[in-house]
Amino acid sequence: MHNELMPVACQILEFKQETQTEFTIKVATGDLKVEHGQFCQLSIPKIGECPISVSDYGDGWMDFTIRAVGKVTDEVFKLEAGDQLFIRGAYGKGWPVDQFKGKNVVIIAGGTGVAPVKSMINKFANEEGFAQSVNIIAGFKDENGILFKDTLKVWEEKFNTIYTLDRDEKEGFRTGLVTKFIEEIPFKDFGDNYEVVIVGPPIMMHFAGLECVKQGIPEEKIWVSFERKMSCAIGKCGHCRIDETYVCLEGPVFNYTQAKKLID
Amino acid sequence: MGYKLSFETVNSLFNELRKEYKIYAPKRFPKAGRYSDTDIIRYAEIKNVEEIVFDEKSDYPAKEVVSPITQTLFYFTEDEYREAKVHDKKVLIFARPCDINAQMNQDKIFLENGFEDTFYKRMRDKVNYVMMECTSSEDTCFCCSMGTNKTDNYGLAARFEEGQVLFNVKDDKFAPFFEGKEEAEYTVKFIEENETKVTIPVIPNKDVLNKLKEHDMWKEFNKRCVSCGSCTIACSTCTCFTTTDISYNENGSVGERRRTAASCQVAGFDEMAGGHDFRKTTADRYRYKTLHKIHDYNERFGQGHMCVGCGRCTERCPEFISFTATIEKVNKAVKEICGGECNA
Repeated sequence: MHNELMPVACQILEFKQETQTEFTIKVATGDLKVEHGQFCQLSIPKIGECPISVSDYGDGWMDFTIRAVGKVTDEVFKLEAGDQLFIRGAYGKGWPVDQFKGKNVVIIAGGTGVAPVKSMINKFANEEGFAQSVNIIAGFKDENGILFKDTLKVWEEKFNTIYTLDRDEKEGFRTGLVTKFIEEIPFKDFGDNYEVVIVGPPIMMHFAGLECVKQGIPEEKIWVSFERKMSCAIGKCGHCRIDETYVCLEGPVFNYTQAKKLID
Repeated sequence: MGYKLSFETVNSLFNELRKEYKIYAPKRFPKAGRYSDTDIIRYAEIKNVEEIVFDEKSDYPAKEVVSPITQTLFYFTEDEYREAKVHDKKVLIFARPCDINAQMNQDKIFLENGFEDTFYKRMRDKVNYVMMECTSSEDTCFCCSMGTNKTDNYGLAARFEEGQVLFNVKDDKFAPFFEGKEEAEYTVKFIEENETKVTIPVIPNKDVLNKLKEHDMWKEFNKRCVSCGSCTIACSTCTCFTTTDISYNENGSVGERRRTAASCQVAGFDEMAGGHDFRKTTADRYRYKTLHKIHDYNERFGQGHMCVGCGRCTERCPEFISFTATIEKVNKAVKEICGGECNA
């Protein structure tokens, strides 16, 4: 009998330090299926298991961008290429990519929130014309917190990008919170043909959402991705439940019309 | 078909049944209660009918047989996970209608909600119930209000009398065990009315629900509830758990992955790595549990509320918080929010 909780042994192909506490691992994931915006359960025997969003993927591999802030992630941080960890997934409902086809896509991401949208943005970069236009506001706390430096450069060449630092000044970056720059997105030129994606820490998503609504963006055009504690990721453990909604099953991606009503 | 068996005959019946079944029933553990000189009644494997506590409500629910408080899922060495094994006998549980209905509610979460849980299913498939008839209702019971006072999900029904047990054989597969036993008239009865009655409020939409979450009624629980989680452990329907890994010794490469009942009443239930949490006060957490039991679960599955009215949460609360009183407070608050118009 198939046991969904049984993890699969996977080998780490690459280990890349992004910042002092954040790193990306590329893992050989074999037949595991994944879509943009989904997450996997990563585990290390004797330490535990935790949900991590897939930051990029291709044929037989997935990237996970992880901040070492917990029991499991601290331990994964100690691993290197050639080491093994255990994975099950991918889980959850990702970005409605088909719905973004032919549209002007606006992505507002903060900190590690760039990870769950990275593979989708790369798809837009690789499939020219899939999106009408791609507009990115990516914010980081400070200079030391900048993730995906090389990828940011690629996006900068192809898309309309605004990169920001909350408190530092640096060439190529504006200073201030991402919410401050939403008004610079040329929504007027998009007519009706656009969608907005917001990902980041809960407080950032809250205020970015409010700012978008203030700018007159219809709520049904806004998409967010939630992060919650999870033990199982398959609708059993109860940790991620909000009202009748399980973030692991119906999320992590939600339309704003639903997300704004989900009060923990 | 009804049968009348003396305790002695029941014990020989148990001996026969135990060749195929493990029998679980509420059992008394003397002086194991939380206060001095008090007992605890909880589910355990039994051999003799004398071990079954039939004239009192068990402190802890029957769910523990199927979804135990702690359960090993996997054993592992460094590069291999091995599924924990389960015994190959079938399981017979002596349970009240509320506890049987509670298991049906757990089924929805463990078997239907997204994925099927292997560890739950393999135990659940073994279970047959002996429905223990309630001859009286205790003061914390409110099963009739929740519609869980009746069930037809049992193989055998049992009515305990002085020195004897009346059995009703509903599932034919148990008939051979009763061949040659003394027949008797026995029609199964259910409790039709409890002393305690509640009306479950109808929360018509998310706006009312979210207003209810902010209602002042919850504040009193900041002072009263101590976030101990006793209510959720005693709850016959709570399913939440946390997974933890352990190693057998500090440097050992072998260990196991376990899941242990988790309580949404205890701080940290929603805390993510990095320290961010959502429900920061005891009132927030008590509200979260209450609304799951009398609204959220039904909103998701639509076939009745999660709470089965067993009243164990009320009995186990060290701060004497009554769940039925809470429900009435919710009722009042919903009426207030809706201006008295949306309440059934």
